[in-house]
Amino acid sequence: MEVSMTVNGREVSADVEPRTLLVHFLREELRLTGTHVGCETGYCGACTVHVDGQAIKSCTMLAVQANGSEVKTIEGLASNGDLHPVQEGFWERHGLQCGFCTPGMIMSATALLDENSNPSEDEIRHGIEGNLCRCTGYHNIVRAVEYAGAKMRGEDPPPPDWEGAE
Amino acid sequence: MYPRSFDYVAPNTLAEAFNALGDNCKVMAGGMSLIPLMKMRLFTPGVVVDIGNLPDMDQITDEGDHIKVGALVRHGTTASDGLIAANAQALATAAALTGDVQVRNRGTTCGALAHADIAADQPAGALAADAVMVVESAGGSREVAASDFFVDSLTSACGPQEILTHIKIPKAGEDEGSAYDKLGRRGGHSDYAVAGAAAWVKKSNGSIEAARVALTGVGTKPQLAESVAEALVGTDGSDAAIEAAAQHAVDGVVVLEDLYGSEEYKTHLAKVYVGRAIKQAIANV
Ligand SMILES: Cc1cc2nc3c(=O)[nH]c(=O)nc-3n(C[C@H](O)[C@H](O)[C@H](O)COP(=O)(O)OP(=O)(O)OC[C@H]3O[C@@H](n4cnc5c(N)ncnc54)[C@H](O)[C@@H]3O)c2cc1C
Ligand code: FES
Ligand code: FES
Repeated sequence: MEVSMTVNGREVSADVEPRTLLVHFLREELRLTGTHVGCETGYCGACTVHVDGQAIKSCTMLAVQANGSEVKTIEGLASNGDLHPVQEGFWERHGLQCGFCTPGMIMSATALLDENSNPSEDEIRHGIEGNLCRCTGYHNIVRAVEYAGAKMRGEDPPPPDWEGAE
Repeated sequence: MYPRSFDYVAPNTLAEAFNALGDNCKVMAGGMSLIPLMKMRLFTPGVVVDIGNLPDMDQITDEGDHIKVGALVRHGTTASDGLIAANAQALATAAALTGDVQVRNRGTTCGALAHADIAADQPAGALAADAVMVVESAGGSREVAASDFFVDSLTSACGPQEILTHIKIPKAGEDEGSAYDKLGRRGGHSDYAVAGAAAWVKKSNGSIEAARVALTGVGTKPQLAESVAEALVGTDGSDAAIEAAAQHAVDGVVVLEDLYGSEEYKTHLAKVYVGRAIKQAIANV
């Protein structure tokens, strides 16, 4: 079946089997391997991308369902080599360890901040409920999102937790 | 993990959809339950009929005496819509507590009802709201009361060649309130209900004139807990009256032990959550 969509601003089309999952289309057909495959059951969120501006799990969507849609992946966030504020936040606040969950986490966090530019800690934790991280304990991920939110609002990010620590 | 091969059609009209629905077919709405089940090869349909392109089905509209919720209304919309909040808070809360953000962006309220998982949230909300399911096929349209819609585990009254095109939620009066609460499988409110309850009450002159209480996660299907409602009606809705009524939570219910709890624990939880839902429903009047 023929599918066409816009991925990170680029028009793409290909002939796929209906059972091709969006994540495999992105990774194998388009070679955009930034989007990860974790659980494949819809639970871990490592495969999160945006379809028409909303965070979705690309392992639980068929490529044919995204026909005609605008898709954004982690590769589409930085512009001209400048990190997106959420990417910068993960860097500055040490929001990752192994990095496996990170692309999905960042896509969920950007969708959250697009809807709510000043989320509370509770709202951040709720907003990334569909993304599992086996390394960080989430604490620094929350700090990374707070950093990004402040940056996107044009404010100074709160100082890192470790500043002034013994 | 790929599903078995299938043919895919995405009709643009309801008539085309009915045409495509033959043997060994599956309707697909948000795909949040269907795709995982197909990947696990528990479902292996020959044809998937994606209703995602059908026009106007993503609308929630005020129809005078009821609210119409179309087949493509996503959980996230049900959770945040003002009409649903005003008329069926239990369903709104159940939608808000369904899965996570990504699931709520894709999964549909009607899909969750048609899917009829024994531990799903929104069926309890629909039961408490006394929603009417409008099921259509090439042969016409029929209406099924929520209390007749959930038949058994993963089995609703919607047949394989039928589409649940919308549900109708009766408008709530000033003296009515409803609520939903659950314990999720991952603790707190996360994931399917280990046990969950929805309640609707109508008050008059300081007493409970009418009530409906629904259970999910506990039995073989989402169902009404009729003895609870009977015990509650006529009382003043005090904490003591709620506590006494909640003791009937599993009367006539076959409580199923599963990975998430023993029969005893689920029975306990059913009473706790029935009590909490009633209390919140009264507060929401
Ligand atoms: C990670 C994850 C977490 C989840 N957590 C929860 C949770 O906490 N609580 C909960 O209740 N659910 C949960 N779910 C399930 C979720 O609610 C599903 O979205 C919902 O059960 C199905 O809706 P859908 O639109 O995605 O339907 P689909 O997956 O497209 O379809 C499901 C079934 O219903 C049928 N169907 C769908 N729409 C119609 C229709 N209009 N007419 C006739 N038949 C139809 C299909 O043929 C199929 O058999 C979770 C799912 C995932 C992946
Ligand atoms: S790989 Fe998609 S949710 Fe885990
Ligand atoms: S950083 Fe390793 S899983 Fe999150």
